[in-house]
Amino acid sequence: MANLFDWVNERAPNLAPTFRKHMTEYYAPKNFNLWYYFGSLAILVLVNQIVTGIFLTMNYKTSALEAFNSVEYIMRDVEWGWLIRYMHSTGASLFFVVVFLHMFRGIMYGSFKRPRELVWILGMLIFLVLMAEAFMGYVLPWGNMSFWGAKVIISLFGTIPYIGPGLVEWIMGDFLPADATLNRFFALHVIALPLVLLLLVVLHLAALHEVGSNNPDGVDVKHGPKGNRWDASKPIDAIPFHPYYTVKDLVGVGFFLLIAAFIIFFAPTFGGWFLEHDNFTPANNLVTPSHIKPSWYFTPFYAILRMIPSFFGTAIWGVIGMFGSILLLALLPWIDRGEVRSVRFRGMGYRIALAVLVISFLSLGAVGAGVTAELIPEWFPGADVTTVENAFGRLMTLGYFGFFVFLWVYTHFGFEKTKPVPERVTMHD
Amino acid sequence: MIKRYLSAMALALGLFVATAPAFAAEGGEGLPSAGTNVNDRASLQRGAKLFFNYCVGCHSLKYVRYSRLASDLGLSEDEVMSNLNFTGAKFGEPVISHMPADSAKTWFGKEPPDLSLEARAKGVDFIFNYLNSFYLDPSRPVGWNNTIFPNASMPNPLWELQGLQVGVHSEAKPGQDSVVEKLELSQPGRMTPEEFKGATRDLATFLEYTAEPAALERQSVGVWVVLFLALLTFLLYLVKHEYWKDVHENH
Repeated sequence: MANLFDWVNERAPNLAPTFRKHMTEYYAPKNFNLWYYFGSLAILVLVNQIVTGIFLTMNYKTSALEAFNSVEYIMRDVEWGWLIRYMHSTGASLFFVVVFLHMFRGIMYGSFKRPRELVWILGMLIFLVLMAEAFMGYVLPWGNMSFWGAKVIISLFGTIPYIGPGLVEWIMGDFLPADATLNRFFALHVIALPLVLLLLVVLHLAALHEVGSNNPDGVDVKHGPKGNRWDASKPIDAIPFHPYYTVKDLVGVGFFLLIAAFIIFFAPTFGGWFLEHDNFTPANNLVTPSHIKPSWYFTPFYAILRMIPSFFGTAIWGVIGMFGSILLLALLPWIDRGEVRSVRFRGMGYRIALAVLVISFLSLGAVGAGVTAELIPEWFPGADVTTVENAFGRLMTLGYFGFFVFLWVYTHFGFEKTKPVPERVTMHD
Repeated sequence: MIKRYLSAMALALGLFVATAPAFAAEGGEGLPSAGTNVNDRASLQRGAKLFFNYCVGCHSLKYVRYSRLASDLGLSEDEVMSNLNFTGAKFGEPVISHMPADSAKTWFGKEPPDLSLEARAKGVDFIFNYLNSFYLDPSRPVGWNNTIFPNASMPNPLWELQGLQVGVHSEAKPGQDSVVEKLELSQPGRMTPEEFKGATRDLATFLEYTAEPAALERQSVGVWVVLFLALLTFLLYLVKHEYWKDVHENH
């Protein structure tokens, strides 16, 4: 064993230092809380998606004629095929659960702020690619919701002036989502986007390890007092990532797998949220599902699209609003001019704005998923559903965009009254 | 520390378990529950018998093989081939109806759909209530209508068992057509209403199974996976606790 190590070390002398740099000598603040599990969990789900995805492609048929049948073949005739597919479909949804919480952590503790802007930008790129990856994967089973979801989402590009209609045709390779569309989406879903995703994840981590991790206090550990029990020149409030955070993250992994197993084995469709009823019917361009809606993780953005009305004879404003809602997140490091990172030491205005952001985002999700359309007749009998829903949805859209406007005004003009940030991190246990 | 950990986990798990039933219900919102239990083998067998006597004339189960039915429902090859397979298909072949598609279109206006995935697409509650809601309606081409799926092109295949139902119309409001308020049995069938409910429940159970044969397996596997993961998570926690002792001593 020692010989083998020497043999490798002689030929690749930088391997061991690289491992040390990113694991045993990567010093992370010692006060990570529950919110810091979601980064490693995102990697876990990514690996799950790739591994189960490989096995799915072994039996999936990329053809509009055979795709739906081949998925049922996997569910019924392939040994443990149902488990592999449920792991993949549940993994897709949990990927977004984990990533949303991971992003919220970053906003809450100001992890996007200087010097971590690059980490944040790379993370937002990951999010964007992940959305494209999920959308194309959703089309592959070629159920009726796959078909109509693809049609609606691709036709968004049709709102672009002049080139729109031609662009839609170019994306689909046909006049409707069809065999050509399915084949190119398969290529992108299985090869192109996962490669980009993996590369971005490596860059995201590399960028993080250059500047070091933030923490729930937002205290700058790296430039604070030095000298811990492992190294006199390293931050006093930091501990080696390995073994401390590897063993800690493993506890999170165990707990996360427990929840995932509950879903996979006892509620794999999650009541129509993770696998939709209308997608158990094969794609049919003559039969429109009664409610076309995207997967739950797109519903907040979809609601913004729906809530912004057309004017000046074009529907592009909704599309701009939808993509803008994501772009604004990417621009957070420049919108938020505040010096204090963590919500723990920020002004009351920031806390309220953050709550408004969360409520707006969740409410928009409910609007996009059609939950409000179901609840409004129950709660307000006799009211016009569309009027009430539009009023509510537009208010929540304002809440979402209002967060960014407020944050810029609040911090740029110095309205924020922050609390003093301590020099050392606090540990609560 | 362990207390805080355990309470956080208990809270998360509690929230999850509390919300799970809301999500676990499969479709058919607002309809009376079918009350099916896919693990009830006797119910599955009765449902299969009904399906192959009353449904397969028009509807296929193209994703279900006779051989798989035998092993999943606890039947022998002979039992399946002589009691359920009336089309002469081979044991390993799927259940395909012999109804010619062209004639079906002439007779019913459309081809009867494949029912393999019906329970996942529409929900067992829908199937159960649909089968109980046929009534005579001379205005329809085949003489039948349905309150759950108005103007369905399908006649009631189980009328001999259920008897004949007629619609009781509400008083028409001015400017509106009267609607069917409730259904009444005008002529009893071979089964009592309670027996018929049981029979349609069995049929819904059988279709729940055909929509997802893995359902029979996944819950029993799942129990062991969950137990294993619970133990693993606990052991991992102990490892973490041991490692982190020096961090806690140190600050």
